Amino acid sequence: MVTSTDVAVWDVAAQVTDPEMPMLTLADLGVLRGAETRDDGTVVVTITPTYSGCPALDEMRSDLRHRLQDAGHARVEVRTSFSPPWTTDFISDDGRRKLAEAGIAPPAHVGPRAAGPVPLTLDPPERVVACPQCGSPDTEIVSRFGPTACTALRRCRACAEPFEHVKEI
Amino acid sequence: MGGPDSDSAYQALAETLDGDDGRWAFGAGFDAGTAEIDAPAPEGVDRDDLATYCLMLADDALVASQRLAEWTTHAPELEEEVALANIALDLLGQARVLLSRAGHLGAAEPFRVGPQDDEDVLAYFRDERAFRNVVLAEADLGDFGRTMAWMLVYSSWRLALMTRLVASRDVVLAAVADKAVKELAYQRQYAAQWVVRLGDGTEHSHARMQAGLDGVWPFVEELFAVHPVEARLVEAGVAVDPAELRAELDAVLDQVLPPAGLTRPERPAVGLVAGRGGRDGIHTEALGPVLAMMQSLARAHPEATW
Repeated sequence: MVTSTDVAVWDVAAQVTDPEMPMLTLADLGVLRGAETRDDGTVVVTITPTYSGCPALDEMRSDLRHRLQDAGHARVEVRTSFSPPWTTDFISDDGRRKLAEAGIAPPAHVGPRAAGPVPLTLDPPERVVACPQCGSPDTEIVSRFGPTACTALRRCRACAEPFEHVKEI
Repeated sequence: MGGPDSDSAYQALAETLDGDDGRWAFGAGFDAGTAEIDAPAPEGVDRDDLATYCLMLADDALVASQRLAEWTTHAPELEEEVALANIALDLLGQARVLLSRAGHLGAAEPFRVGPQDDEDVLAYFRDERAFRNVVLAEADLGDFGRTMAWMLVYSSWRLALMTRLVASRDVVLAAVADKAVKELAYQRQYAAQWVVRLGDGTEHSHARMQAGLDGVWPFVEELFAVHPVEARLVEAGVAVDPAELRAELDAVLDQVLPPAGLTRPERPAVGLVAGRGGRDGIHTEALGPVLAMMQSLARAHPEATW
């Protein structure tokens, strides 16, 4: 038997930060899906992975367990749920602001995927990604994959600074 | 080397290796505490069939992921190496969930030798004949051009499959598919742009790109073969009919090959022996070395955990 959202538990879990982008909390990132207390006192927190192979998932689970135990919850269960799948649209406005402040360009909103086959565009129109350092829209892609699964590498043509961009999925 | 500290460190290591406590590392499983993995098979769906189908889709990703990981430290540029490793990681993630689901449905029990998670039992302790991947997944990736040809075919096919699997009556298959669609669309985009760039590049890059596509081509036909397990599960609203996927791969190739200046190969198919292929555990000689690389460590230390 699981009760509805336990605000106190949620508030503790929501403060845990992402292991790879520590300027974001799990709540900012939008991976925290639920926080409940069972009748037997067990605290159940549910998270969702960003990418299927996200290597940070085990770290998140461990950090959540420790943080909740430190807050006095003896029995903690961290569950993973895949549905609905995470997209960058789940990153909160607060999260987007913190990313930009840390020099990482936040993702644009993409909206829900249209049903049916995914079209292939060989020469996709470049999304305008503003430089998080100087604000110039004149930036170029360096690598479609960055140091973490969710970022791409870009460079600003105006101030010449390289930067990471949380790519839209 | 030497000195009291390092001596004691080695001593400590030697002691742990002797005892049962000296264990290290494979993965933390999805089995424990994954909301969807525990769901029962949908009403009227045969549990063994569903487990086998999960293994098919898992092995397609697991073996391909292991192949792609061979590029690590060998890619032509750092950026491409990071890309290939990330793509391998996405596929590994898809495989892990599907293996856990197959394990929950009982597929791991015949292979269990210790206390490992289901996904580890299925990845490390099955032999070649128990792997259900299409032969394309185990094929030698050759040079970078061939790898891009392979990825264009593989990701286009798997994307077409996953786009349809989103509607599966099985909650795990539907959830994996929903996530995989975005990852595979990104992979296909990456591969398509390289195929055009190399095919439409220098005379040398064009020749190697065409050779890469020619090399991959014999494995394409098997992708559309329908296994009896798939046929039963298509009927049950759980699986995707592979025969449906051909038109979508054809459309991608019609779009990519002309600007790349490449011609669609005409080469005989391989991979099916008397109508049986990878889906039945009948593989090419390429799979053995891939499994040896992937499994030898786990088999040498079957008690290892982290």
